[in-house]
Amino acid sequence: MHVAMHMSDGLVNAPTALGFGLVAILGLTVAAYQARADLGERTAPMAGLVTAFVFAVQMINFPILPGASGHLLGGALVAILVGPWVGSLCIAIVLVVQALLFADGGLTALGTNIVNMAFVGVFAGYAVARAMRPLARRSRAGLLTTSFVAALVNTVAAALAFVVEYAIGGAGGAGLGTVFALMVGLHVLIGIGEGVITAATVGAVAAARPDLVYLLREPARMVGTTSEGVAP
Amino acid sequence: MRSSRFLIGFLLVALVIAGGLSHFASPEPDGLDSVTLNGCTVTETAEGEQLDGTCIAQNAGEHQLAGGPLADYAVDGRDGTTGLAGVIGVLVTVLVAGLVFWALSRTRGRGVRSGGG
Repeated sequence: MHVAMHMSDGLVNAPTALGFGLVAILGLTVAAYQARADLGERTAPMAGLVTAFVFAVQMINFPILPGASGHLLGGALVAILVGPWVGSLCIAIVLVVQALLFADGGLTALGTNIVNMAFVGVFAGYAVARAMRPLARRSRAGLLTTSFVAALVNTVAAALAFVVEYAIGGAGGAGLGTVFALMVGLHVLIGIGEGVITAATVGAVAAARPDLVYLLREPARMVGTTSEGVAP
Repeated sequence: MRSSRFLIGFLLVALVIAGGLSHFASPEPDGLDSVTLNGCTVTETAEGEQLDGTCIAQNAGEHQLAGGPLADYAVDGRDGTTGLAGVIGVLVTVLVAGLVFWALSRTRGRGVRSGGG
């Protein structure tokens, strides 16, 4: 059986791969710097486990159409549970382990894979979750809805990032319009599965330990949260 | 729920998913693979996959580490070892990520004197 989940080497040309490799290194440097503020005694071990959880769930391909499957990317999941900067590092670590240990995702494609899933996916999911935060804090249904929508957007955004890379330096073999239509179409379906898994996971963590859900915490720097109560 | 109990539970769930549930994962190509294979017919041969037609995947290079002991989520390429490979992956990931995040959390107070230095 051939199991590969991420971009292989050679799908984009060398300058494009190199360029996105540099973007990934720059992004990871910023993320590592920013993540320190979100890593404490309780949150650092949580971040380690969330990373391992994403690795595990990414192995579970679920059928979406005859002959096609999808799997979790995890961007919205990590953004909601541990925040976008720590979350970006979680996904990047998963991608590095997969590329080095499991030969999944090309070594020269690591930059594009990290940009797509660890940055575009995570921050697209986080932007949605952040915008829907009042709803997420109001009720359990609100939190699950927020998780679902953020995850769906994260999946489609990551897919679009591949289309952009293909447009910049794609190796060819298919027209850009076809690639765009297929990537978006398939990843809307995969995004529904991603949404269900993300909502179920966030729901389970919030039920046991709501204090470990980044989105539900009250960062001091956030404004407009003077006397609103936290939903039980 | 206490932190340690919650975190151990979280790890066990990940191990069960990677070690057990992975057995039931769909073997069909994922979204990206489906797109890169679009336009080609795939034939399994002794040397690997043969792609006929025109598709993006024809440009894909063999992974440099394809001969590694855990390549393609199997132990030494043996059938039925995906679960074991997954368990190893979860343990390696939690170790690597735990070290990275522990190290980053240690540097948080840099520049601020904390007792005992």
